[in-house]
Amino acid sequence: MFEALQGRLQTIITQLTGRGVLSEADVDVVLREVRLALLEADVNFKVAKAFVDRIKAAAVGQQVTKHLAPGQQVVKLVHEELVRLLGGTARDLRFADRPPTIILLVGVHGAGKTTTAAKLAARLKRRGRQPLLVATDLRRPAAVTQLQVVGEQVGAPVFSQPGATDPIAVARASLRDAERAGHDVVLIDAAGRQHADDELMTELRAMREAVQPHNVVLVVDAMTGQDATAMAGRFQAVVGIDGLIVTKLDGDARGGAVLSVVEVTGRPVLFVGTGEKLDGLEPFHPDRMASRILGMGDVLTLIEKAEETIDAEAAAEMERKLRRAEFTLDDFREQLRSVRKMGPLDSLIGMIPGLAGRAAGLAGAVDERSLGRVEAIINSMTPDERARPDIIDGSRRRRIARGSGTSIQDVNRLLKQFEEAKKLIKRVGEFERKGKRGKFPFRLQ
Amino acid sequence: MFDRLRAGLARTREAFTARLDQVLAQPLSRAVFDELEAALIEADVGVPTASAILDRLRARRDVRDARSVRGALREIILELLGEAAPLRIDPPPAAIIMLGVNGVGKTTTIGKLAHHLSRQGKRVLLAAADTFRAAAIDQLAIWAQRVGCEIVRHAPGADPAAVVFDAIAALRARAIDVLIADTAGRLHTKVNLMEELKKINRVVAREMADRPVERLLVLDASTGQNAIAQARTFKDAVEVTGLVLAKLDGTAKGGVVIAIAHELAIPVKLIGTGETLDDLQPFDPRQFVDALLPPTP
Ligand SMILES: Nc1nc2c(ncn2[C@@H]2O[C@H](COP(=O)(O)OP(=O)(O)OP(=O)(O)O)[C@@H](O)[C@H]2O)c(=O)[nH]1
Ligand SMILES: Nc1nc2c(ncn2[C@@H]2O[C@H](COP(=O)(O)OP(=O)(O)O)[C@@H](O)[C@H]2O)c(=O)[nH]1
Ligand SMILES: [Mg+2]
Ligand SMILES: [Mg+2]
Repeated sequence: MFEALQGRLQTIITQLTGRGVLSEADVDVVLREVRLALLEADVNFKVAKAFVDRIKAAAVGQQVTKHLAPGQQVVKLVHEELVRLLGGTARDLRFADRPPTIILLVGVHGAGKTTTAAKLAARLKRRGRQPLLVATDLRRPAAVTQLQVVGEQVGAPVFSQPGATDPIAVARASLRDAERAGHDVVLIDAAGRQHADDELMTELRAMREAVQPHNVVLVVDAMTGQDATAMAGRFQAVVGIDGLIVTKLDGDARGGAVLSVVEVTGRPVLFVGTGEKLDGLEPFHPDRMASRILGMGDVLTLIEKAEETIDAEAAAEMERKLRRAEFTLDDFREQLRSVRKMGPLDSLIGMIPGLAGRAAGLAGAVDERSLGRVEAIINSMTPDERARPDIIDGSRRRRIARGSGTSIQDVNRLLKQFEEAKKLIKRVGEFERKGKRGKFPFRLQ
Repeated sequence: MFDRLRAGLARTREAFTARLDQVLAQPLSRAVFDELEAALIEADVGVPTASAILDRLRARRDVRDARSVRGALREIILELLGEAAPLRIDPPPAAIIMLGVNGVGKTTTIGKLAHHLSRQGKRVLLAAADTFRAAAIDQLAIWAQRVGCEIVRHAPGADPAAVVFDAIAALRARAIDVLIADTAGRLHTKVNLMEELKKINRVVAREMADRPVERLLVLDASTGQNAIAQARTFKDAVEVTGLVLAKLDGTAKGGVVIAIAHELAIPVKLIGTGETLDDLQPFDPRQFVDALLPPTP
């Protein structure tokens, strides 16, 4: 389903061509797909609508830049705005002038608070701090033991009071203990609660008032759906939130809830959880998150990188050759080299939606390790052979294999890949010509 | 029972109904359909299923005014949800494996279900086959103690399939009616963890051949469209026999189960409406839809 949507978006952004300014019709057609992409990603319905309306107002009438087709430009605007929203504010925990710094972790049931508390403790320890974990979840069976186990795993002491029934009293007592033992950070793990549970939400507010945390962190499951706005809105209104941590991003959820929650709370994402293990806490990258939510891979990054890296003149020359179907093995080698300049290949492939399917025959050629081999093979050919690969018969293949220290199979594979590439590039070339744009044959679609 | 469910779903219903009543006050127009579609999407039904529902609604000749839309919409959703599907655990002994991604409510559901079955006079045994998560075994043991049922447990880090194997041996030796196995939460994208799950499942399939076995996938009602991928992958791995929709006591609507029933034909069997022993209900599609779209305004 995502694939289809992504494909449609891709098609639409490349079909829109020409013209000097973005027309309302162009913008509409792209934003319709963008809105669907956001909804598929679980961005809240109202948040998605408001977002798309804002983009529309900003986009219509804009000058189309030289490098991008109008459709691409709209998507680029969308992407930039998403990045701005997700990364707009400063992103760090606030440390107290006079220690200890108090951090309170809140959220719904099963969001990942306890695990995240231990992950934060591990991170703080690595930075030379001495965190104390505090077990105030007295509701979930064995929640205190759970914190003790993960605390032990990261080597952070855990404060708990056996038999206690009042979480606020436990939190208060932990502060005295922290001061006595010289802890400079106190991480309080609160019980999970439904935001609609007034009693427990009020308890959390009382907890806040009692311990005056420097950071109240809302832990949000990346798989959350439409309810994310109601949830975050309620935590923000009743308890007050300073920052967010998004968990379970190691799965395949598109994570639109992150946008919903950032919109509703106006608070930054501090970290993301990327695993059950206690080292699975990473800095947040707004650009990656934006691409993930849009479900487009890093298409835009790819376009930008391509434009930066591939010398415009060389690309024009290449295109000329393509039109005359003169693409040779020399050019193939050039292409592979430019592709290589753009960065690690698997990350590039990840940026190209649908590449796996379209260019299956190229998969071998763009594997980082075999690139060197490909170059060696091409280097062992005579200029004639590079220009007209069809003259490479059995005995030439043997010679080339020997000369490049590879096998005949390697040479065969390369020649096959070259044919595939030629076909693919020719198709792209034709498409680009029809679209009256394109100076870079490897621009995908 | 009916009242409890309605109470549990009251908030869900209020939000949806308020919206719907507004909509129904208008004449039947494109805006009515747009609003209905919006309401479905906001209930996590998802765009494709919401569109499918709306297409069916538009195709119905009997839908002429805003009033008749309500009844037709209910019927269409009911059709997608299919008939009520009760747990199949007779004749004893039977096994139930609880599955799902991290933190959805598997262990808690087991506690509640064990309680429910014990109260029916069944002899229940729990298998602590989440040997991975910190204190997961202790958590299940506390539920066993609350319910007053037996538990088979190994040390943390032990092979979960071995725990299940031992539990099945105990089931035979002690004339147990129902074995319920807890499993570690696992994201469906983790290939090695799904393989581990298949192994557990193979042990159950082999040792409980010709016995009733339920493989229940627990979903968190607040989960969005990712629940579809979860259901698809878990189904492919171990032939999920039913869903449990946990945490329906919040404001989340759990509409994604309509999409799952529609696309994957997995029935919802149980719903969770809280953290205590009594907060578990059999899923009744009619009540679920009634709670979303009450039959009388
Ligand atoms: N409000 C509410 N909370 C629930 C419900 N079911 C479970 N919970 C809570 O959700 C949290 C996670 O529940 P668990 O039963 O531990 O979930 P799990 O799937 O076993 O979690 P892992 O084993 O960590 O993957 C706990 O805080 C439970 O109390 C429910 O129906 N309603
Ligand atoms: N895959 C994955 N699992 C996580 C992550 N964070 C937490 N979990 C798991 O989610 C479940 C609930 O986490 P827990 O910390 O107990 O949540 P709490 O109820 O909010 O305290 C546990 O099974 C954790 O192992 C994460 O970033 N990725
Ligand atoms: Mg916890
Ligand atoms: Mg569990």
